[in-house]
Amino acid sequence: MNAPVKTVFDPQAARADFEILSRAVYGKALVYLDNAASAQKPRQVLDAMRDFAAGEYANVHRGVHFLSAAATERYEAARETVRRFLNAGSADEIVFTKGGTEAVNLVSYAWAMPRVQPGDEIVLSVMEHHSNIVPWHFLRERFGCVLRWVDVGDDGSLDAEAVDAAIGAKTKLVAVSHMSNVLGTVPPLKEIVARAHAKGVPVLADGCQGAVHEAVDVRGLDVDFYVITGHKLYGPTGIGALYAKRAHLKVMRPFNGGGEMIREVTRDAVTYADPPARFEAGTPAIVESVGLAAAIDYLSAFDRAAVKAHEHALYAYARERVRAFNWLRVVGDAPGKGAILSFETDGMHAHDLATILDREGVAVRAGHHCAQPLMERFGTASTTRASFALYNTRAEVDVLIAALAKARKILG
Amino acid sequence: MDDSLRELYQDVILDHSRHPRHFGQLAEATHTGEGYNPLCGDRVKIYLVLDGAGRIADIAFEGKGCAISQASASLMTDMLVGRSVEEAEKLMGGFLHMVKGEADTGELNADDRERLEVMAGVSAFPMRVKCATLAWHTMKSALEGGE
Repeated sequence: MNAPVKTVFDPQAARADFEILSRAVYGKALVYLDNAASAQKPRQVLDAMRDFAAGEYANVHRGVHFLSAAATERYEAARETVRRFLNAGSADEIVFTKGGTEAVNLVSYAWAMPRVQPGDEIVLSVMEHHSNIVPWHFLRERFGCVLRWVDVGDDGSLDAEAVDAAIGAKTKLVAVSHMSNVLGTVPPLKEIVARAHAKGVPVLADGCQGAVHEAVDVRGLDVDFYVITGHKLYGPTGIGALYAKRAHLKVMRPFNGGGEMIREVTRDAVTYADPPARFEAGTPAIVESVGLAAAIDYLSAFDRAAVKAHEHALYAYARERVRAFNWLRVVGDAPGKGAILSFETDGMHAHDLATILDREGVAVRAGHHCAQPLMERFGTASTTRASFALYNTRAEVDVLIAALAKARKILG
Repeated sequence: MDDSLRELYQDVILDHSRHPRHFGQLAEATHTGEGYNPLCGDRVKIYLVLDGAGRIADIAFEGKGCAISQASASLMTDMLVGRSVEEAEKLMGGFLHMVKGEADTGELNADDRERLEVMAGVSAFPMRVKCATLAWHTMKSALEGGE
């Protein structure tokens, strides 16, 4: 499990691990730049899932037989892998979920809902993904909570002071992204947490993008809740995780009811298991947990700083190249941002642009990116987004640029 | 350029999207409809004036969206003005079959089929069919919904 860390990063070597990257679309080489939506899976992840399903699979926890014990061991080992990845203090602070969305909903339902009164406030930034907005809208709709929005600067930056200024006596939680899926902005999370804690307010960080590109240390950040999803981390869909401080987990009410999450059920009453099992009702995503662990092992075997530098160099190169297009406006230029390039184009709608790029083999995302309040902030309905992963190359940026020029010729 | 792309973004489509016909509002509208595509955020609003004989005396649309959705709305308004509701419904039905790539385009006459043919390229782009049909579905709801 603890593979030695490779100190130099070679994207070409990494590409060989991703079979899908060698396929063609419409007779053109695939240039996959939709990584912020979902990343491709390396052979190591696919093999781990297949081998586990073929050789060790059974349901977890309740069985006394050999395979159930083996599967339980793998499932709990995956929890330990997530703990290590996030540098949590204990594996008991890691709850497996269906993904990032379910993790935020879990906090909203099990932690926040029993604690809020009408007029209580949730502070969140305008750059949040809908998965870190709608669960808080539920509190507004059902309990009369107030959503206090923190704006970003014109360059997409989010200041800790602005978050601090929005925190008042009625604030129950700060919910903020560790990296915007549209702007690439990486806010000063540690400072935000420190300022919120100074006012006695806990912080939830949406790490669905952040954990892919930044080394995460939940104890160093002192963050209360941290959310990740598997499929953006080169792992499978259907699994994610919530890190929550033990003190919060202890007081959270059950979420889904069912098997696995109980201590005892009688006709008249039910008592609940301790966390994390309390929040993992039903048969979990067992094969996917093995895949997630394999993905984390895969990523962790690289020098994360070297991977980040590679991705950032791709972004910087693409950012520089698009300066030549006076009809293109980049949305999100915050200092220290991640490798996500979103832009608007004069006279070309994002969907038309993405259709033409697609025929050149270039997969990008066009639309509101599940971040409509942010689109509104920038006065647009949609942007086109190229998001970079460890396996992308400079040559692929050149293909993107050529495809953009071609689209302009057709539509402009 | 690949042929399907050329067909999708042919000059007629680009011309309609850059210079949409009947673009704007109608203060005297007897019927309106609003359409929204939650996948992309495109919006369209249709304004209609139905006269006493059940004819579309005037029509307008406003909206924001991609070239396909805007061109489709523009072409639709161009073709529907002056028609009876019954004729409009036949045209709408035929169009919806056509952009889904179905051979049977219902009761479209030859002239209408020829004019609509510019939109037929959309059928090669399944992810974009909803862009083309947004205005037409909105038109349907305007006729059904009334003022």
